[in-house]
Order: sequence, then structure tokens, then C-alpha cells
Amino acid sequence: MSLGIVAAPCHERSLLAAHRWLIARRLTQLGVLALFLAGPWLGWWIVKGNLNFSYTLGTLPLADPYVLLQSLAAGHRPEWKALLGACIILVFYLAVGGRAYCAWVCPVNVVTDAAHWLRRRLGISDGARLSRMARYWILAMTLALAAASGTIAWELVNPVSMLHRGIIFGIGAGWIVILSVFVLDLFVADRGWCGHLCPVGAFYSVLGRFSLLRVSAVGRARCDDCGDCYAVCPEPRVIKPALKGADRGVGPVILSSHCSNCARCIDVCSKDVFAFSSRFNNRSVVHAGTPTFCDAPH
Amino acid sequence: MAIEGRIRSAARRRFLLDAAKMASGVGILGAGLALYAEHSRALPPDALRPPGARAEPEFLGACIRCGMCVRDCPYHILELAKLEQPIATGTPYFTARSGPCEMCDDIPCVKACPTGALDPALKSIDQARMGLAVLVDHETCLNFLGLRCDVCYRVCPLIDKAITLEPLHNARTGAHATFIPTVHSDACTGCGKCENACVLETAAIKIYPPQLAKARMGSHYRIGWEEKRKAGKSLIDESGIIELPARVPESRP
Repeated sequence: MSLGIVAAPCHERSLLAAHRWLIARRLTQLGVLALFLAGPWLGWWIVKGNLNFSYTLGTLPLADPYVLLQSLAAGHRPEWKALLGACIILVFYLAVGGRAYCAWVCPVNVVTDAAHWLRRRLGISDGARLSRMARYWILAMTLALAAASGTIAWELVNPVSMLHRGIIFGIGAGWIVILSVFVLDLFVADRGWCGHLCPVGAFYSVLGRFSLLRVSAVGRARCDDCGDCYAVCPEPRVIKPALKGADRGVGPVILSSHCSNCARCIDVCSKDVFAFSSRFNNRSVVHAGTPTFCDAPH
Repeated sequence: MAIEGRIRSAARRRFLLDAAKMASGVGILGAGLALYAEHSRALPPDALRPPGARAEPEFLGACIRCGMCVRDCPYHILELAKLEQPIATGTPYFTARSGPCEMCDDIPCVKACPTGALDPALKSIDQARMGLAVLVDHETCLNFLGLRCDVCYRVCPLIDKAITLEPLHNARTGAHATFIPTVHSDACTGCGKCENACVLETAAIKIYPPQLAKARMGSHYRIGWEEKRKAGKSLIDESGIIELPARVPESRP
């Protein structure tokens, strides 16, 4: 597995083409934030609230199902507006991929991607080994704690809502928590927060078990084992079953719920192996024939 | 056979150790968070919740920290607590001394709340109980000193219901009256206008959370004259009461 920086995966492909999904993702993250900030900064009240609950154009309620689930565990029955908002978000992420929330919306993703980038620039390779299952244990702990205390305890420290709420309403000392996440990912454990600990991500992972939109290694027959996709993937273990499963009759769709649909593998693959697809489009057929852009004679 | 068994037992051992490691790590995190959550239930007395807020522990299970109430408050008095404040992070509050509740008739903050942490059953702002005004300091209150400040009384949105002025003999001069601002808990909403307006450097009248401000007599207490009025007659047999002769000290005429 190559850990080198993927600069130009295919010399025919422009820098823009090799980063198009990354750019789309950053624009989406910034766009979501801009919609929330347009109100308090410019007085354009398109969206009110924050990621825990928002009201768009005075008609569309959206609520984070995870925080609502904690509220339910704490023994409160929320009003219809929050419940409807949570249902809309559930349906949305069942369609576009559970952890798409992590890659496309969550503001902490920018922080941890920056930590990861710096980690590689500084050549830091050692670090604590955390289990990728820890997030599910923490998810269970937060729900148990809500039930035991009758309060939404995780919201006291949740970096995801703290950063988003902080940017919109003022963050105060909340920067300490965000900085902690940054240095955790930089020095303590690679992809430590999003990939191992965050219960919000774990919750959306559970949704991802059933979600429609998935990345598929549809052109896996063209794979030349360069390892670029593994190097760039925040959850590298999810790729192998789909990419290398042809012999064992495993379909090309990345079905692991840990995949966040960030689409960096689509970006970096010089053989155009990966593409967005549906989870049901998963027949184990070899699509070798389709020529790609990189196959063209130089 | 023996080797297979050993492999199986090693795998079992590995599994149990991994589970113990995970449970311990997450357990330590959870215990820390539980203690922190326990402390964060103690709302400082000068932080008031918006109208209709459920009682504190229940509120912390219902409020999802979205800030909709903050956005819809037309007077911008509400804020979301920051991490360093001794208030549960992200929950809304206001401070009476710097910005009291203006008691909007349509209660937009309650309407904005998507979860019911601010109880939608609150239809009239006069029924809100954000706290209770208490005239804390009898030594510095200008009315207690015999002046006619009256500011807390004048600014009260429920003047003559939530705060009245009760005339009392001014024992210092012997010739005047004091007008004592008196709060009535059956009408006070805890909006904080009085605390905000108090002219002293530190307010003599303050809004306290109801559980701090209010005493309870005990369920067996009865106020005799009220019971008598309700029953239309004395509740005890008054025939057994001995009339003592009224005597006047002999030195007096």
C-alpha cells in the first residue's frame, strides 16, 4: 500500500479533474455553513437554527435524528416539528448514504481532514491503535447515559454540534474541544475522531447499512494495484472486498456502512475504476471493455 | 485436537480482552461525562430560562440546543450557553439584570421551539414562571429606607398584581410611611424587569429560580382565619375557650 502523496494520478487528467469530488464536497460543506450564516451575518433568513434543528424558508423542518433519539432515551417526547424534521433527514440519508453526512455536511470533517493532511506532510506514521468499533460503543454509551441521567449528556461535549453551533452563535471556549480533536488526529491516532470515536458518525453508519447511493468499483477489472485509493480513503478497509472480490463472487459495490461516500477514490483513480452507483446494482459482472480516458494512446 | 482447543481458547481470550478493553475505555469516558452532566444540571441562579421552559432536569432532556428560540426573540435577550459557562452547553438563557424578558403577547420563543422544551401549553405570557422576584436586600432598598423610589413597582408589567406597594409605619422618623415593594408569587412571571430597573449599583430586587425563592409551609399547616372563612364558622369548639379579663397596666390612666 503506497502512502505517498497522490499528486497526479494520471498525467492526462487535469488537477481539477483529479479533485472534482473533493472540490464539490468542500463547496457543499461551505455552502451548508453559508446558508446558516447568511441569516445572522447578512440578514437573509433562508435557514434558521443549526444542524441539530433547522427551519428552512419557514416551511421545511430538519432535525438530527441522533440528538432526537437521545432526547427520547432521556424520556422526553418531542413535538411533531422536530420528529418530522428527523424523519426527513432519515429518509434523505437513507437515499444518499448514511455517512455522507460526515463527508459532505459535518464541519468537523474539515478539521480532521486538515489534521490528516498535516500528519502526512509531517511524515507522522506512528500513533495509538484505536478500534474502529469504539464509535459504536460510544454511541451505545451516549444513549445509555441519556436514559440514566434524563438529560442529553453527549450534547455537553459533542464536537460536531459544538463547532457548527459555535460558528453560528459564538463558540467561546468550545475551540478547546475542536483543537483537541485536531491534535488527537494529528499526533495521537490517524483518523482518530471521525474514523474511530465519533458517535454521530456511528449513528449515520447504522443508516448507511441500508442506504441507496454507494460507491462502486464498477471498473475493477482495470485496477492496476497502484494503491492510490487505499492511500486517500479515510476508511481504507471498506475498499478491498469490493475491489478485489471478483474472484470470490463479491459484487463491486462498496457496501460497508463505514464508507462516507466522500468519493476521493473516484477522484484519484487513474483507471476510472470507481463511480457512484446504487447498492442494488451489485451483480458480480466484469466490466472490462469500457475504454477510459487514461487508456487513450498518448 | 489439543491444538485446536488451544487456538479456540486463545481466540476466546482475545475476544474477552478486546471487549474488556473497549468497555473500560468507554466506561471511563462515560463516567466522566456522567459526572460532568450531573454538575451541569445546577443552573446558576442568575441564568434564567426562556418562558415556558420545563423544570431544569427535564429541560435538559428536551432541549436540543438548536437556538431557534434565540433567533425568534425579537429583543435578542436570549443566548446559547458556551462551553466555559456554568450552564449546560448550548442551552438558551437570559440574564435579568442586563436584558429582561419583554413578555411578548405571542411568545415567539415558545412557538419557535421544535421539541417542546419550551412548553407549547403556555398560551398566555402572564402564566410564565421564569423565576420569582425577591426583594433580597432590605438594608439598601431605597423604599425600605423611606424614599419613594418605586422603580421596580413602576416597571412591573403586572403592576399592582405582581408587585404592590404596602404602606408601613416609618419607625425611624415616627411621622412618615414607608412603601414596601411586595412581590406576589401568584402573579410574578419572573420576567426580570424589576431587577433590570433597580437603580442601585447592585440590584436589591432579584429574580431567583422558584425553588430557591419560595418557602413551603408543610402540608399540615392551616391558616386559621382562612379556614374559618371557608367553613363559615370556627373549626374548633369555641365554647371551651376561657375568656380572660382584659387588664390595663395600673400605671396608665
